[in-house]
Amino acid sequence: MSTETLERKLDFIGEVDNLLHASTGNPVNTCIQCGTCSGSCPVASGGYMSHTPRRIISMIRANRKEETLRANTYWYCASCYMCTVRCPRGIDIAELMYALKRYSIWHTEYGKELIGPTFSETFVQTIMKSGRSYEPVLATSYLFTFGLQDFLQEAATATNLMLKGRLPILPARIKRLENFKRMVRKIVPVEEK
Amino acid sequence: MTRKYAYFPGCSLEKMARSYHESALAASRALDIELEEIEDWNCCGATTYFNIDELLADTLCGRNLAIAEQSGHDVVMACSGCYKNMYSARKHLVRDADLKEHVNEALAEDNLKFTGSSEARHLLDVMVKDVGLEEIKQRVQRPLTGLKVATYYGCQIVRPRKDHEDVESPHFFEDLMVAIGAEPTNFLMKLRCCSAALLITNRTAALSMVRNVLDSAVRSGADLIVTACPLCQVNLECYQTQVNSDFGTDFKVPVMYFTQLVGLALGVPRGKLGIGSELVNVSPALAGVGEGGR
Repeated sequence: MSTETLERKLDFIGEVDNLLHASTGNPVNTCIQCGTCSGSCPVASGGYMSHTPRRIISMIRANRKEETLRANTYWYCASCYMCTVRCPRGIDIAELMYALKRYSIWHTEYGKELIGPTFSETFVQTIMKSGRSYEPVLATSYLFTFGLQDFLQEAATATNLMLKGRLPILPARIKRLENFKRMVRKIVPVEEK
Repeated sequence: MTRKYAYFPGCSLEKMARSYHESALAASRALDIELEEIEDWNCCGATTYFNIDELLADTLCGRNLAIAEQSGHDVVMACSGCYKNMYSARKHLVRDADLKEHVNEALAEDNLKFTGSSEARHLLDVMVKDVGLEEIKQRVQRPLTGLKVATYYGCQIVRPRKDHEDVESPHFFEDLMVAIGAEPTNFLMKLRCCSAALLITNRTAALSMVRNVLDSAVRSGADLIVTACPLCQVNLECYQTQVNSDFGTDFKVPVMYFTQLVGLALGVPRGKLGIGSELVNVSPALAGVGEGGR
């Protein structure tokens, strides 16, 4: 094998295809552009995505990396997997969206108006600290991004949940937290914030 | 015959969906299902670890699976999100020896080892398949006759495909409801997404998705929506006020857990099923159902 082959950089579809994908790879190149994914997507069919999933796949195949990463599509995927179970070519489209989320976080190339990336990072940080998730921290970190009316509604709902005993006052914590943190550090070098 | 399982409640069932936890335990007990909570479990990752790191996601579920394996039983989840994550992580780890080795190296930090000996199951599936509809029917003390229910599957309990099950028109949820005497409605959006975490990350899209599901349930003539997932319950119940003010609708439909309805039919008192902690009052829909009922 020549050095040239070894040094060959993967094109965008090669990168996306091989983003671990539960250790099997994803056959994005076999897409026939039938549009079943877009038609099945509750977010795209409501008109809330800048590009439909079908279009995103087409853009990946055309090596249009910047345009793909700038799209809000993958951050607006609710991971309902309707596209995945219906794709006639067996492409796991929801996992492809997850892969793009990870890719865009590593490269910090997502749209700055999106809440998804920082929400994900806050969520994971919370788990790293205590081993369990804690709704009040997650929700309140994002309240300020809502409009006034949404903010008031959310606060009213939270109050009602609190009155019904459905909101935790203190975060839960696992017992073997030190072991847990060492375990996590074996996988990813997380810094605690 | 008592059936034993390891039980993974998940973070939502600790507080936000406490009534699901209580009713899962009570209804299971009434069916001779013994659920033993696994010790010191951690968060399954919801729909969010995968956004950051897939290997980490599999490791965190791997830890729960390894703890559950020590019991010698299959592990049962009531939350569909936890179920999907635990099921998928187990599948990845069983299929890929290298991945398993890598994850086990990390698990060794907590003196644990994943082998794959325990299957990951959903409680609804355990009731339908392991206990069986016939046995459930025989144990019913107060059939929920006349109660019209919209069986809301949502996503993760059926998707992604776990085995060879019907993902386009499943009916196991309706079958369970029929077994306890309730009447499932023709609920067209029973498999449509509740919007999950989009309520935080894309509110406009999320509220319209919640509206669509509520609308479909109400149009089907249901007295209430029944779910098998705490996130679906919260999204469909707690955001009705918001949906009503945004879309000029008038939704006031109760959203209950299947374990609460199963419990009622088996004669478990309402107090043991966490009934009363809802934001949308369930009493009118349940008038005459269950204890002292029809």
